[in-house]
Amino acid sequence: MPKFVKRALLLLAAIAMLPASLYGCTGGTEPSESEASAAQSGELPHGNSVTVGIAQDLSNLDPQLSKTAGIREVMFNMFEGLVKAGPDGSVVEAVASGYEISEDKRTYTFTLREGVTFHNGDSVTAEDVVYSLERCAGSENDGKPLVSAFSIVERIEAVEGGRVALTLSTPNLEFINALTAPIIPKDSGPTITETMIGTGPFRFVSYAPQDSLVMEKYDGYWNQEKAAKLDKVTFKIIPDVNSLVIGLKGGTLDMVVHLPNTLEGEVKEGFTVHQDTMKLVQALYLNNAVEPFDNELVRQAMYYAIDVEEIIDFVCNGSGVATGTSMYPAKKDCFMPELAQRYPHDVEKAKQLLAQAGYAGGFEMSITVPSNYAQHMETAEVIIEQLKQVGITATLLPVEWESWVSDVYRGREYESTVCGIAADDMTAREMLVRYMSDNQKNFINFQDEEYDSLLAQAMAATDGGEQLDLYRQAETVLNERAASLWLQDLCELTVMNPELDGFTFYRTYVIDMSTIYYK
Amino acid sequence: MKKRSWYLTIGGILTALMLAFTALGLFWTPYSPTAVSAPDRSAPPCAAHPFGCDQLGRDVLSRTLEGAGATLTIALAVLLVGAVCGLAVGALCGYYGGPADALIMRVCDAVAAFPSVLLAMVVLAVTGPGRYHVIEALGVLFIPSFARLVRGEFLKYRDRDFVRSARLMGVGGLRIIFVHILPNTWPTLLSGLTIGFNNAVLAEASMSYLGIGVSPSEPSLGYMLKDAQGALFTLPWCTVFPGLAAVLLILGVGLVGEGIRERMGASS
Amino acid sequence: MGKALLKRVGLLIGTMLLVSVLAFAAFSVLPGDPTSSVLGVEATQEQIDAFRARHGLDLPVWQRYWSWLSAFVTGDFGQSFKFDMPVAELVATRAQVTLVLAGEAFALIVVLSLALGLIAARRPGGVVDRAVTVLTQITMSVPNFIMGIGLMYLFALVLRWFQPEYVPLEAGLWPHLRFMVFPALAVALPKSAMTVKLLRGAVLGELGQDYVRTAYSKGNSRGSALRRHVLRNAMIPVVTFLAMAIGDIMAGSIVIEQVFGIPGLGRILITSIGNRDYPVVQAIVVVLAGVVVGCNFLADLLYRVMDPRIDGR
Repeated sequence: MPKFVKRALLLLAAIAMLPASLYGCTGGTEPSESEASAAQSGELPHGNSVTVGIAQDLSNLDPQLSKTAGIREVMFNMFEGLVKAGPDGSVVEAVASGYEISEDKRTYTFTLREGVTFHNGDSVTAEDVVYSLERCAGSENDGKPLVSAFSIVERIEAVEGGRVALTLSTPNLEFINALTAPIIPKDSGPTITETMIGTGPFRFVSYAPQDSLVMEKYDGYWNQEKAAKLDKVTFKIIPDVNSLVIGLKGGTLDMVVHLPNTLEGEVKEGFTVHQDTMKLVQALYLNNAVEPFDNELVRQAMYYAIDVEEIIDFVCNGSGVATGTSMYPAKKDCFMPELAQRYPHDVEKAKQLLAQAGYAGGFEMSITVPSNYAQHMETAEVIIEQLKQVGITATLLPVEWESWVSDVYRGREYESTVCGIAADDMTAREMLVRYMSDNQKNFINFQDEEYDSLLAQAMAATDGGEQLDLYRQAETVLNERAASLWLQDLCELTVMNPELDGFTFYRTYVIDMSTIYYK
Repeated sequence: MKKRSWYLTIGGILTALMLAFTALGLFWTPYSPTAVSAPDRSAPPCAAHPFGCDQLGRDVLSRTLEGAGATLTIALAVLLVGAVCGLAVGALCGYYGGPADALIMRVCDAVAAFPSVLLAMVVLAVTGPGRYHVIEALGVLFIPSFARLVRGEFLKYRDRDFVRSARLMGVGGLRIIFVHILPNTWPTLLSGLTIGFNNAVLAEASMSYLGIGVSPSEPSLGYMLKDAQGALFTLPWCTVFPGLAAVLLILGVGLVGEGIRERMGASS
Repeated sequence: MGKALLKRVGLLIGTMLLVSVLAFAAFSVLPGDPTSSVLGVEATQEQIDAFRARHGLDLPVWQRYWSWLSAFVTGDFGQSFKFDMPVAELVATRAQVTLVLAGEAFALIVVLSLALGLIAARRPGGVVDRAVTVLTQITMSVPNFIMGIGLMYLFALVLRWFQPEYVPLEAGLWPHLRFMVFPALAVALPKSAMTVKLLRGAVLGELGQDYVRTAYSKGNSRGSALRRHVLRNAMIPVVTFLAMAIGDIMAGSIVIEQVFGIPGLGRILITSIGNRDYPVVQAIVVVLAGVVVGCNFLADLLYRVMDPRIDGR
């Protein structure tokens, strides 16, 4: 055999052996590793640290500019506002120990809590608070508010007794939710994405874009009762759902949040699974300015034509919650489950309404869907089949996310779309105000005078009960006019290593790692 | 030395089977490929659904039949665009050389060096989603590699004795290209084509993977694979059957290419 | 020679410029801009306008290209909109990861295909040849992301030979290779199958040529004929293919990085295109193009060195 072929064969053999030798190595070292850890008595094998898999990328870490729920829910662990979100959807005092709201509902006066320190050890002062709030209102951004709710803030000032007063130009009963905006040390704004100093139960350690964010327990947390139980938490960014499941099964991840519940079968065994809704409203959003969706009868006919229960069965294993209007169920006081019953699946009724509207033979339409959302894609595919039964031929146009944002959401150049809409600050107002005729976010071009006046009254209301009542009326209008075909709040899973416990449900976007511990 | 070609036989049978399968899908599928069915959700393969059902209860066999047709159409069309344009560019550049050659090769380099994802996205952003636009986008992407392959072959042959003597005899350039050189390049071209077929199927799959390809209303095998990826472990049949169809399609064509080359090698 | 080389380097730079213009043009055609990924989908028009004005996004495209280019040539790659950090810093770490993966895949391809291709060509039609051909045909027919998922499933979950988590080179060569061999294989296998096929075909093609028969008739053994005459000529298409393949290897790594969760260029390229974070994309496109164009340039040079019949005009 010629020499070079022999050499090549040898190489080949060496390569073929490579995996085998790798295997040999693994087999050899594994027992010794566990022996070693067992030998160090008292030391936990996991080092009291947890790795959480998240699909959402973290970026622009400025805690006050956190624009997506996926970033805010992580920031929750490191930063606190004057108040912070409580598990039941209300707000609880954090950096402030209490607050008073003036008679005209325009001035909020906060008493700062004693003994709250930043992660660098400094005590939180009224100056820090005023600085932070002014920054949210746009002091370092050419006067443009970082947090949009702050656009109605008129004045922020330190008042006697170490207190801070904030005055609004117009009353807003839900403004307190905006005060979950993080308090950061005075003048730290320009460098905050590097220092990341807050007052939360965990402190920032490191961040690598598209890879991970690491935080560790902050020993000086003001509330020792609710201090973190874990020493270290790593958020690992893994955009691919499949890889998240593999990570769980392979043991590199201890916990995964926001897993679509269609993957329940994958994680049913060997893990602790918590099921929750996603706090958004998924709908077939119809462009009300486009024919034939400018006709209320057509929209109602379509609502009868689709079978919401079937959609929920298909994309959420039956665990989604039908909404019937633009309000998610976790918003308990505002949510009206009866609205979901208004348009039962009724093909005959749908056909009759279509005929009445002059579309007896049906029509053609397109559904533009951001293709990175598997659940929205599947929903659209089911809807297309359901609409066929009443003679409506729909085609699905998958588009990439950014194109969707620019053409559909901002450009309003579309016929219909399936997507999920959530409230930025988890308020009812945010969910409803967007459908006022001239609202910038009214991407469905809904025009209704009754709705506009109801919402204007609600926003100006100074009485909580009255406001609630007006909101509920507005929700009913959206449903009756069938402004869009509101479907459901989707279902999702939080999956944990069975050795972990202490998971707390929140009615808002929060991953509270401080309560999690090893059994 | 003439004997039955092993590759050609196996490859031919495979390709014929896959073509028959695809042709069947054009005229008949057991169920509608898009019809959803709640009771059949995630049903494993059984008598009623030999390939099982996907997460929406759609019959995987019907979708595979439909998808194979879409994939074959797209791949062949892309190959046609890429090969014809690439052949023309490569042959002319390789034979004549000169500054035009250098310039065109730079452009080919630039296109080849450009991330294909971005280029495909731009073409589709202009044209909108859909099957025919996917063909346009991918066809453009396939030209440079063919051009380079063909050019390499022509460089190799253009100064061979038989070409020189033809030139001395006053044979025209185009005639030399098509009659004298081109037949010699078939073996390389054919392997390029079979590889290209493979790449076209994959490229279409990758575009679907990024969500900018065909619409799920007219699924391709690539789209099905992407769609099933989230449920690889729970619904393996949704990956296995379209995957198998794609692999067999590529394998059959590959073997045929191999067989033809073997034939040509033996007869030359 | 020196002048010709200079001219070629000039052409190289021209190609890169063309690529960067293409990339910039791409972003003026694609809908959307970086604002929604930075400010969120719900940003108000005032916030968007302010952002656009602050970052010069409202300027005409050629003006933005010019300011990008003039900064780029001085080594300033700009700032990522989305990640709010210097592009150079962001891309350098990713490029290293991807180049390591691509390098390892490339090494695997060369070794695998040389070994298999030559073995197969030794006795065309023999059992070994058939086996190699069937094997390569099958590997070629498996889409690489399926290959990646398959490898991951089999070796990480079923056999547990490796943990499905990226191990950087800094963590030690051995642990690094223990992980990387799998993604590298996923990138390399389909490509080496093609190289094997090409090499085998080229070797057999050359064996049929007159000069080889002459070499035989002069009493040269088959092995020495292979070595002395055939390999040199047979390597020409293979080297071209391998040089071209570097682009494909980079492209393959885009998919495989997603499957194995490797924080390389591919992943940040895809997300940055999605975010319209064009300073990042621009830098990556130029880096990738530099690698590909550079390799093609090298292939051309090799061509000339290896095949004296091609004159360097």
